[in-house]
Amino acid sequence: MHVLIILIEILVLFAVIMLHVAYATYFERKIIGHMQVRMGPMRIGWHGLLQPIADGIKSFFKEDIVPEQADVVTFRAAPIICLTAMLTSLAVLPFAKGWVLANINIGLLFLFAMSSLSSYGVILAGWASNSKYTFLGGLRSMAQVISYEVAMGLSLVGVMMLSGTLNLTKIVEVQGGSFGGMYIFPQIIAFFVFFIAMLAETNRVPFDLPEAETELVSGYATEYSGMRYAIFFMAEYIGMMVMASIGTICFLGGWNGPFEVTIFPPFWFVVKVYAFMFVFIWIRATLPRYRYDQLMTIGWKLLIPLALGNIVLTGFIKAFTG
Amino acid sequence: MEAQYIPKEYLAILILLIFGVLFGVVTLYVGRFFRISRPYHEKLIAYESGNEPTEAPRMRFSIKFYLIAILFVIFDVESIYLYPWAITYDHLGFFALVEMFIFIFLLLVGYIYAWKKEVLQWEK
Repeated sequence: MHVLIILIEILVLFAVIMLHVAYATYFERKIIGHMQVRMGPMRIGWHGLLQPIADGIKSFFKEDIVPEQADVVTFRAAPIICLTAMLTSLAVLPFAKGWVLANINIGLLFLFAMSSLSSYGVILAGWASNSKYTFLGGLRSMAQVISYEVAMGLSLVGVMMLSGTLNLTKIVEVQGGSFGGMYIFPQIIAFFVFFIAMLAETNRVPFDLPEAETELVSGYATEYSGMRYAIFFMAEYIGMMVMASIGTICFLGGWNGPFEVTIFPPFWFVVKVYAFMFVFIWIRATLPRYRYDQLMTIGWKLLIPLALGNIVLTGFIKAFTG
Repeated sequence: MEAQYIPKEYLAILILLIFGVLFGVVTLYVGRFFRISRPYHEKLIAYESGNEPTEAPRMRFSIKFYLIAILFVIFDVESIYLYPWAITYDHLGFFALVEMFIFIFLLLVGYIYAWKKEVLQWEK
């Protein structure tokens, strides 16, 4: 009986997330379109509202090409590893008070584990395709993700010191409902590091080097087509949402807002996540891409010392102010 | 108490994990009956801007990637080691703070060494 309830919850969560993923692609195209004085998708449905559904149907019926040289089993497993890792990390996110699938007390650690796991999918995809572009894309992606993983992990230590827990629900509760209680204010350095690392972890502009289309065609996904490519795409967008959720929970006070929306408790959570998504898209429309050596320099020489300094600073301030 | 606690919360994660794998496998398997499949040699060779692939794709790559991976292991273990310290920080007092600074300082020496050895420098 208990399992059945969990199963229903998972199905609902999955349906909602898939809908959000589909429409996140639509918002992205629409917002970038308008920022570049274009209209974005307009043909299918009113103002192109059915575009994501049409895209889904299209990729479902597209031919699935497995290259001759590819390592078939790994090639097939890679997108599923990516998607599963991202989906599983959704389980620990509290969308509102009590709206969480698995309220485990190592939530934050679990999220890091899962986001590391998804980079396996990427590197395996790059290796298994047996093509030069995918190989280089996979390597780059791995190096980028692990570099920024360190910065991200260290940046959140400050939040853990203030809240004294890894449980995501408790992190939100400790911040309280007030505006000044949000950890973005005492942890502004950590937020800065986290935000940049977040862009790099999700392979977004200006750090989208693994799939830099001007040099690596489509990076690790070059040899993928049809539904397999779509699964990579889904995983990427779920990843964006998960990262935005971590930012919301750890720095912006989670589901708390200026007033309570009793009909729909996660209202403020969704608003904050979409604010993050909008900034992602805004940055994509604005900034050019970094060079690879610049990317590694920022990660190792700027963000990691900053994050370590933040830990020391937080430690001192907490020790002397009590 | 503990023994009851663990399976209940982690069951949801396990089910979601299985669900994720099944979703991927089932979608791809069902799609097999609907999508077209007309493979031929030219379509199936690795993409190289329309040319025949020249040499083996799994070529030798820069040693830097390896060094970055080694550094990652060190620093990731460091951050994992910091987590339990950070969450119990309030109870540990000043002594633990000093201890942790010594720990961070030791790692900092290694970090500065890596910096001076230009491991972090991608191009000279």
